[in-house]
Amino acid sequence: MLNEAGRVIPEFIEGIGPLKPFKGVFAGFPEGKMKSPLVPYVTRDTEKLLPSLRDAILATGLKDGMTISFHHHLRNGDFVVAMVLDLIAEMGYRDMTLAPTALFPIHKSIIKHIESGVVKAIQGSVNGPVGKLASHGGFDVPVLLRSHGGRARAIEAGDLSIDVAFIAAPSADRYGNLNGSDGQSACGSLGYCVADAMFADKVVAITDHLVQYPLFPISIPQNYVDYVVKIDQIGDPSGIVSGTLKVTRDPLRLLIAENAAKVIEASGFIEDGFSLQTGAGGISLAVADYIRETMKERNIRGSFGSGGITAFFVQMLQEGLFETLLDVQSFDMEAVRSLRENPNHVEMSASFYANPHNKGCAVNQLDAVILGATQVDTNFNVNVNTESDGVLLHGIGGHMDTAAGANLTIITTPLLRGRLPMVVDDVLTVTSPGETIDVVVTERGIAVNPLRAELEITLKKAGLPVINIHDLKNEAYRISGKPEDPEFTDKVIGVVEYRDGTVVDVIREVKTC
Amino acid sequence: MSLKQLRRTALYIPGNDPSMLLNSGIFGADSVVLDLEDAVSISEKDSARILVRNALNHVDFLGAEVVVRINSLSTPYGMDDLKDVVCPRLDAIRLPKCEHAQDVITVSEVLDQLETEKGLDRGKIKIMPLIESALGSYNAVEIACADSRISAINFGGEDYTADIAAQRTREGLELLDIRMKILLAARIAHIDALDTVFGNVNDEEGLLAETSLIKQLGFDGKSIIHPRQIKPVHKVFTPSEKEIVKARRIVQALEEAEKKKSGVVALDGRMIDAPVVAKARRVLAFAEAMGLA
Repeated sequence: MLNEAGRVIPEFIEGIGPLKPFKGVFAGFPEGKMKSPLVPYVTRDTEKLLPSLRDAILATGLKDGMTISFHHHLRNGDFVVAMVLDLIAEMGYRDMTLAPTALFPIHKSIIKHIESGVVKAIQGSVNGPVGKLASHGGFDVPVLLRSHGGRARAIEAGDLSIDVAFIAAPSADRYGNLNGSDGQSACGSLGYCVADAMFADKVVAITDHLVQYPLFPISIPQNYVDYVVKIDQIGDPSGIVSGTLKVTRDPLRLLIAENAAKVIEASGFIEDGFSLQTGAGGISLAVADYIRETMKERNIRGSFGSGGITAFFVQMLQEGLFETLLDVQSFDMEAVRSLRENPNHVEMSASFYANPHNKGCAVNQLDAVILGATQVDTNFNVNVNTESDGVLLHGIGGHMDTAAGANLTIITTPLLRGRLPMVVDDVLTVTSPGETIDVVVTERGIAVNPLRAELEITLKKAGLPVINIHDLKNEAYRISGKPEDPEFTDKVIGVVEYRDGTVVDVIREVKTC
Repeated sequence: MSLKQLRRTALYIPGNDPSMLLNSGIFGADSVVLDLEDAVSISEKDSARILVRNALNHVDFLGAEVVVRINSLSTPYGMDDLKDVVCPRLDAIRLPKCEHAQDVITVSEVLDQLETEKGLDRGKIKIMPLIESALGSYNAVEIACADSRISAINFGGEDYTADIAAQRTREGLELLDIRMKILLAARIAHIDALDTVFGNVNDEEGLLAETSLIKQLGFDGKSIIHPRQIKPVHKVFTPSEKEIVKARRIVQALEEAEKKKSGVVALDGRMIDAPVVAKARRVLAFAEAMGLA
């Protein structure tokens, strides 16, 4: 069937069930009640701190075929996913569904558990080696990809029913209060796993830093946590937080960033109360840098910066350019420190951040968001999932959430990467539908979505190099030639779920010659 | 009167870097200098020449003046460079290591021939001699006046200071003499005077100071090695609104006086003489070329 994003999707997928086609950005209406987890039972004498991970797994009543979840706040330093999977493999479990918030290259070892049948399916972001395996037909059940907000929605709505959530906790007490701010493996915010804790039937916290009851501050409280296990090390600090992320020095990317900053300024958003989200990439940081200068020059006091927080936003908070930071993920040591010490730096859950089916999420309050893309097409559809060779290599993150929520959504991308055009006739995968994208900024011009005709006039009046998206694509093709699309088989290997639970696109297996 | 050709910035682009060649025009430098000389190692001379030739034929430089720095004709590469890069899109040749008028004349003669062979207008391709030695500096006037193709003269601070055994400093006192010689030669020949590069791309303050100095001395622009240097240099060379208004009033006062056939021109109670008017006209020429006046 054809969905509103113009993509052909199957009506039913074995292992996933019937698919609901995407109907439009705010057209997917929810029905029914939220999911309820099991009613828990503890007595005054219940000991939640168990001697080993094995004991905890046994205590949860884990069975073959269940769904287990993990968060990715420890990023590429995470030991917990591999540790839990190795152990359940050893304990003889099979056919598990994995529901991570994201997987990283460090999780490569799960490939062996997929091949041996311990893991049957993945619902969650995959990138790197696991994505590659999926793209070459390594899974029987397609990977179900969700955005950060979409995942929280799916958990709360019961679409993603988690049997056991394993939560890596940089700091915990024996009664199950958790935070990410303290301890040797501190990662800052624990925002992505809040829904897991609240809605999974059983919750196991795994920590390497056990403190006296009660832990303070509390990110995830004791009333959601069934068991606590203390181990030596939950992760490698060097892979958990990055060093100081740097603003790009590449003149091409700086030019793109400067143009993006000018778009925001010309749009009239930089006034007192301004709110902004950017990613942690070099271009995004450079945009923030330009905006920071403008805000300082014009003595503007913004309301909040949000999303994945970096030292850069922390600095803007300290300089009084933002009143508040809303932090779903802390990218570097400085963000971890600030979240711990600064009361205006606030932790938020994925649902608070971006769930379209709660009573209000933060992305709806955003003035502007700067996002990247692996491809944009002439309908302004954005692909962030598949590379130009068709291989599934990236998760969705908060892309489709912030694009739908923010007042002004800007995609920054070089027109060419290497010899590949980034603006094309048709993206290989639609992640964020074109109607949610306002402006595409490249080094060779700024394209404005025709749905925002008034914005186009504003930007032209400001003297910005506005160009029709078709001309931009033609310029790319003139330089590089028209790219030949990779060949796919009919087998669906990935489903891109829109944040409301409908299906915006599917990803097919790459044909190997 | 046609607009002044702006040459505030001449951005060097290594001739062996396809991606930089492709994007050389997008940063907004007044000129791009596709470099076949110092940026390219001996082993890559041929491939860089082919890349630059293809770039000249296919890349859109988005309105920048397109210059190629060839290898000196005394090397085995210079003549091949010339033969390959002469094409309709080429605006000028930057000729390194010039020491005598004859160096320019030789290139000009080769260009005569190549322009005829390739069906280009005679004299279309300009020459910008680059002075890089004590001898070249000494002969600057003779070089600047050597040929009608010459549109600008510039110098290379690094080679020059090595040749005169000076130390290169941030302040650049050791370049004062060659700067004055280049400037005088340019003014005698009625061509543009272009300054050498400022090597530390991270030192914006130093770049601004040096650019202010050379503007004060009378230069028309500067060679640069990084797109980040464009903005600061353009900033220095962009006349302020106040300067433009003042210049316009001076020129108007003169025109009105001429109309009235009045011999004395005064503005706000002050005499305006020929040099004041000449300076005002220069400010307006820059402003007009930048679309400000």
